[in-house]
Amino acid sequence: MRFSVTVFPGSNCDHDCEYVVRNVMGQPVEMVWHKETDLRNPDCVVVPGGFSYGDYLRTGAIARFSPVMKSVADFAAKGGLVIGICNGFQILCEAGLLPGALLRNKNLKFICQNVYIRVEETNTPFTNACQKGQVLKIPIAHGEGNYFIDPAGLQKLKDSRQIVVRYCDPKGQLTAEANPNGSMDSIAGICNEKRNVFGLMPHPDRSGEDILGSHDGQFIWKSILNSLAGVGK
Amino acid sequence: MGWHVSVYVTLKPSVMDPQGATVQRALNQMGYKAVTGVRMGKFTELEFDGALSEAEVKKQADEICDKLLANPNIESYRFSVERK
Repeated sequence: MRFSVTVFPGSNCDHDCEYVVRNVMGQPVEMVWHKETDLRNPDCVVVPGGFSYGDYLRTGAIARFSPVMKSVADFAAKGGLVIGICNGFQILCEAGLLPGALLRNKNLKFICQNVYIRVEETNTPFTNACQKGQVLKIPIAHGEGNYFIDPAGLQKLKDSRQIVVRYCDPKGQLTAEANPNGSMDSIAGICNEKRNVFGLMPHPDRSGEDILGSHDGQFIWKSILNSLAGVGK
Repeated sequence: MGWHVSVYVTLKPSVMDPQGATVQRALNQMGYKAVTGVRMGKFTELEFDGALSEAEVKKQADEICDKLLANPNIESYRFSVERK
């Protein structure tokens, strides 16, 4: 399965994504500079984390106008799989490929730590290798991960079962303490209505091997491979 | 003579503003007990070619705010236009 990772000025998890896909999952990866428009015929596009354009104006606000994002939007419109991680999630929201926005963390701090997320939906190309309710240990590293959406939008997310992962405690309970950044309804990641675009703040790219503290990120990558191979649930 | 556009972007009232809340607490602790609310926003100045009509400047400024300077999910904006 062919992956393409977009690279913006200020991306800093592009090589983490490249490494986990190539070295851990054994798949070919192309790196696509933000000024390019040819995605090189991928099966899945990864929009990586980092600080594109220095987070100027709003996180992801300027990156969304990079030439490559027009190609990513076209690819998504045709049903291609797109995963946005951390700053990639912020970019996908700014681009309108996912609803809502990521605000400053409630405590105003940059938070870099392992968190637990509960898989709410397994009927997506990104979580089909998980069990419903499964708890994954995956790190976060962000200052703006506080998911916000208006009440009508939140209801729509619930009705269409687009809330894919929520912050939880190690036992899978949703508590205020386990929600690190103040996200509405403990939302850590969502998909679009067509379920082919997924954004999340936690880093499955930084949790692909035990030496990194957790290999739970592999469930996300394995799901994508399942889906592309037609194995998905 | 060009056009000078002052743009104010603010978080919508329904959006939590932890930065504003922190500044308010600081002001209250400094003794400004009468300050009952602080909302942080962004101020941007745009300079336009003076050959454009005022209507055209307003139209472009509106587009710029909608497309880039404000995120309509969370922010609202207003601007004023003057000759400079």
